[in-house]
Amino acid sequence: MRLRTPRPPWTSRGAVAALTLAAVAILAGAVTACGGSTQGTRSPGIPPEAMADAIHHVLESDRTVYARHVVNRLQDEEGVIAASEQWEDDRTLPLPAQMFRMSAQLTAEKTDRVSYALLSPWPINSRNAPRTEAEEAGLESVAADPSKPFYGTESLGDTEYFTAVYADIAVSPACVTCHNAHADSPRNDFELGDTMGGVVVRIALD
Amino acid sequence: MRSPRPTVVWLLFTLAACAWLGWSLARPRAAVFLPGPSSDGHHQIEAACDLCHTPFRGVAQEACLDCHAEELERARDSHAAAVFSDPRNAADLAKLDVRLCVTCHTEHQPEITAAMGVTLQRDFCVHCHADIGDERPTHVDFAPATCASGGCHNFHDNRNLHQDFLARHGAGGVATFEGSLPTREAWIAVDLGDRAPVSAVDADSPGNAAPELAEAWASSAHAASGVACSDCHGGGADWIDRPRPDVCASCHGAESTGFLAGRHGMRLAANLEPMSPADARLPMRPEAASRTLDCGACHDPHDVDVRVAAVDACLGCHADDHSTAYAESPHAGAWRAELSGETAPGSGASCASCHLPRTEARLGGAPRIVVQHNQNDNLRPNEKMLRDVCMNCHSLAFSLDALADRELIRRNFRGLPARHVESVDMVPSPADAP
Repeated sequence: MRLRTPRPPWTSRGAVAALTLAAVAILAGAVTACGGSTQGTRSPGIPPEAMADAIHHVLESDRTVYARHVVNRLQDEEGVIAASEQWEDDRTLPLPAQMFRMSAQLTAEKTDRVSYALLSPWPINSRNAPRTEAEEAGLESVAADPSKPFYGTESLGDTEYFTAVYADIAVSPACVTCHNAHADSPRNDFELGDTMGGVVVRIALD
Repeated sequence: MRSPRPTVVWLLFTLAACAWLGWSLARPRAAVFLPGPSSDGHHQIEAACDLCHTPFRGVAQEACLDCHAEELERARDSHAAAVFSDPRNAADLAKLDVRLCVTCHTEHQPEITAAMGVTLQRDFCVHCHADIGDERPTHVDFAPATCASGGCHNFHDNRNLHQDFLARHGAGGVATFEGSLPTREAWIAVDLGDRAPVSAVDADSPGNAAPELAEAWASSAHAASGVACSDCHGGGADWIDRPRPDVCASCHGAESTGFLAGRHGMRLAANLEPMSPADARLPMRPEAASRTLDCGACHDPHDVDVRVAAVDACLGCHADDHSTAYAESPHAGAWRAELSGETAPGSGASCASCHLPRTEARLGGAPRIVVQHNQNDNLRPNEKMLRDVCMNCHSLAFSLDALADRELIRRNFRGLPARHVESVDMVPSPADAP
């Protein structure tokens, strides 16, 4: 009678099947990682900080161009047409901040993955005061050091967001004049160069 | 004799019920499927279930926007969905998701439906604006249910109620009773070229047209523009006695668009039978019950005297208190004075002056004053008519008070307002600004 040599546990049918599946999974992972593009390079993804910075660069540039080459030129330099808050009634140009908010609204109609807002601890419209902890912390942070953006994450509704806050500096006399003169403005002593609030950029993470 | 088996009876009953429901569904008016009466704004089109209901999706937001998006855009909607899509509003949306029309406007529930088809409690503003007293001390003692009912705020359209507008136009609040409407511009969407005016002898009808029709047409703006019978009725074998509204729309597109958006034309827009006074919820004259509403109901195409459409056409059907009081109203007096030539054109106030207002529209690449043919466009809520209608002759403060006085409206503004809207008093005038 021959004694059966005990088989190593990893040679059982179940173990073989499990090992096979694991091997396939590892192979598939390797193929995915290496074969994601025809060049065999792996997409690194964009860190949310970099993405938010890039979005802010675009927003800031667009608003600067509008303020400098449309509003300041046509209103202050050439006297062609004024800019005012009630621009439809007055048949004038929208203020740069209004252009920014309209653009944010238009973006919101197209995607819920990215949003942006212009907020302030001293808003003319109270709806533009900070409402979340990240907004509070971000506006405080950029007021203390305008050169350094604030980054954080927050959960709003059932979604996790990366939230970045950038200082909104009074670069145009129009900003200062309007806020200091507005009946609903809680602060009337802004000067050029002051941090008037912040631009909040949100990116959905999941 | 044996009685039929219960199973057979049940089967026959089920088949009969299915056949009846199927037959009902196929009919133009599927009233049997209505879960309850529709709101005043939708009852005319309630037979077309699929205008609002998408199979397996209920009432999709797009269905509401198909009809109302343009109006909300023009209103510069104070609570636009896109504003609330910003995630920072998530906490507010958890209380009241104002991005969806059906949150506030639920159909087929007449027992809870208030003005403007709102089915929320009247104090719904408090969900998000409970702390308004902190921001505006003048508002501390106001009851939340009065935000939108006191002539101060509207949920969607605040173009004529916002602070700057009140500040600019509300100072003093002196009642004024003089002014005039802007002058209408004759403009059509097609280029008729250099057609010469035509006269009765140029009528190109098949020959059996009543002489008085050709005579009326010969002195109309149509004939003066060189528009002959066949341009509307078709020529030769294509002749039709009563051209469809889209024939009118081929030249009068802006007017047609407004008409189809209002309660007079919304059935035609939905490819249903035209509206009839018999189907109206407002009191109508019994003799008008069999009429149907298309362009020709108000405008005789052969005698295009718009003065008829401005009053007589309206009062030929409408018999509610406001309408029947018109003849004795100061507005009617001013209208008669204008018609008799005693006063300047535009100084009278017909039904159309208020309900079919002269508004600015961009047509053909230029701003033009045209008649808005959606008679509901400025009516719900009525503060919409402040700018384009009332303030042509009256001060903002007086107009606000008048529009807030329902009894005065019922008397067709015979008398002075018994109510006062306080919002004008709360706003500092521009001179007080720092």
